[in-house]
Amino acid sequence: MNPYVPIFVIGAIGFGFAAFSVVAGALSGPKRYNRAKLDAYECGIEPSPQAQGGGRFPVKYFLTAMLFIIFDIEIVFLYPWAVSYDALGLFGLVEMVIFILTVFVAYTYVWRRGGLEWD
Amino acid sequence: MSNSSLLLDDPGWVIALKGLLIFVLCVVLTLLSVWGERRIVARMQMRLGPNRVGPFGIVQALADGVKLALKEDIIPKAADRAVFILAPIISATTCFMAFAVIPMTGKVNFFGEETVMQLTDLPVGVLYVLATASIGVYGIVLAGWSSGSTYPLLGGLRSSAQVISYEIAMGLSFVGVFIYAGSMSTGDIIASQSTWWNVVVLFPSFAIYVISMVGETNRAPFDLAEAEGELVGGFHTEYSSLKFALFFLAEYVNIIAVSALATTLFLGGPSAPPGLGFTSDWLGGWFSFIWFFLKVFGFFFFFVWLRGTLPRLRYDQFMKFGWKVLIPVNVAWILVVATLRLMTQQGASQFMIAAFTGGVVLAVLFAMSVYDSTKKKAEERSRYVGEMPEPSFPVPALPSIKKADE
Repeated sequence: MNPYVPIFVIGAIGFGFAAFSVVAGALSGPKRYNRAKLDAYECGIEPSPQAQGGGRFPVKYFLTAMLFIIFDIEIVFLYPWAVSYDALGLFGLVEMVIFILTVFVAYTYVWRRGGLEWD
Repeated sequence: MSNSSLLLDDPGWVIALKGLLIFVLCVVLTLLSVWGERRIVARMQMRLGPNRVGPFGIVQALADGVKLALKEDIIPKAADRAVFILAPIISATTCFMAFAVIPMTGKVNFFGEETVMQLTDLPVGVLYVLATASIGVYGIVLAGWSSGSTYPLLGGLRSSAQVISYEIAMGLSFVGVFIYAGSMSTGDIIASQSTWWNVVVLFPSFAIYVISMVGETNRAPFDLAEAEGELVGGFHTEYSSLKFALFFLAEYVNIIAVSALATTLFLGGPSAPPGLGFTSDWLGGWFSFIWFFLKVFGFFFFFVWLRGTLPRLRYDQFMKFGWKVLIPVNVAWILVVATLRLMTQQGASQFMIAAFTGGVVLAVLFAMSVYDSTKKKAEERSRYVGEMPEPSFPVPALPSIKKADE
């Protein structure tokens, strides 16, 4: 059998359980209407009005996501290299040193420009 | 016979039954680990912990689950309803999926079918585990976004930034294992550890993995997504009833999943500790599950130990550690592993290997001493205040300065 089929089996079991729980939770609990209960939780004060999705948030998070993509692609290149490393020999090692050096030029640039500082 | 060839001829009913067993195991282990964590951390704090419900309070977690099911299911007015309901489902579904590729026993007889207690052995098994972890982040960030509230949004953003940052360190720590195993399949990785476990051969990789798995699962001391003093409950502040229970379940299943992955990659999975290899045939191979379980429990205890010992980090320190320490150290270590592997492959002499290792150790010591001295100098510089520059705005004459002039 295709080795990818069992993934869908466990995925279906997990999804079924989660969906059942959500429905059961909605049905089993009491329902008592209260305007304050449906407001956003802000430690007891009147919730601040805001745009859907919370409005603005620090751009730092976006920057982190971009950096993540750079390094994730580095990992994508590293994995097949690591798996077939024995076949590649010295050539593979030299190639990878050159590749990592080029990635680290970008890394050093981001570091020096303060892209890795949180504040 | 390798795991993948054993698993390929599994009939459908075996796969379905194994899937169900793995699911039940995850849920039961979650209930036990919630209780276990509370008991262990209580002992560390000189308390007793839950001990009323059932013998030693063992069904406390189940009772909590039933209680949550009977609570009102609130969807806030400002929430995006569809996404709000979908987010816990994503979290809970993906956390189970990681277990599909974890081998839990050696070769066993499963109701007459020769197989391994593992759902499937993908050629890209470890990559698949990383992929499910990445999809799990969607659950977190969508939960934070869809709540329509400030704290969950910030908690969700923080949490996802944290998880993706530590995912890089985690992903890089696998590379050494792949070099030694020559494969990404979990079965082959375990087979490659038959003489030495990777924890011995690749200790730095193991250390980095253990650090990043704590960051990846949002656990103390890296539980910044749920910093009560700053963000209330983090991304699941607005969730109640069984939707909250699903996030809770996903967190604990994730802890067990990263522990199981660590066991597979670095501790030889279900294989017996050195010197106890004769146990692998006991109970028709099922005894190996005990070894697997003990190793996973060891990691779980480590998680609880950390929670009972360490205070929470500050967010900037935490991100700095991930990006500025773990990643460069990891990459340097990968190059060292690759060089060592190449030297042994090309038949370099013992002396050459020892010389290279010594060179690396010396380079590390040198780098550390340089780092220490620059840090000390920077500290001294920051302590020296010196002359204040003349401000660019008018300043009224201070009485004390006038006095000094006279």
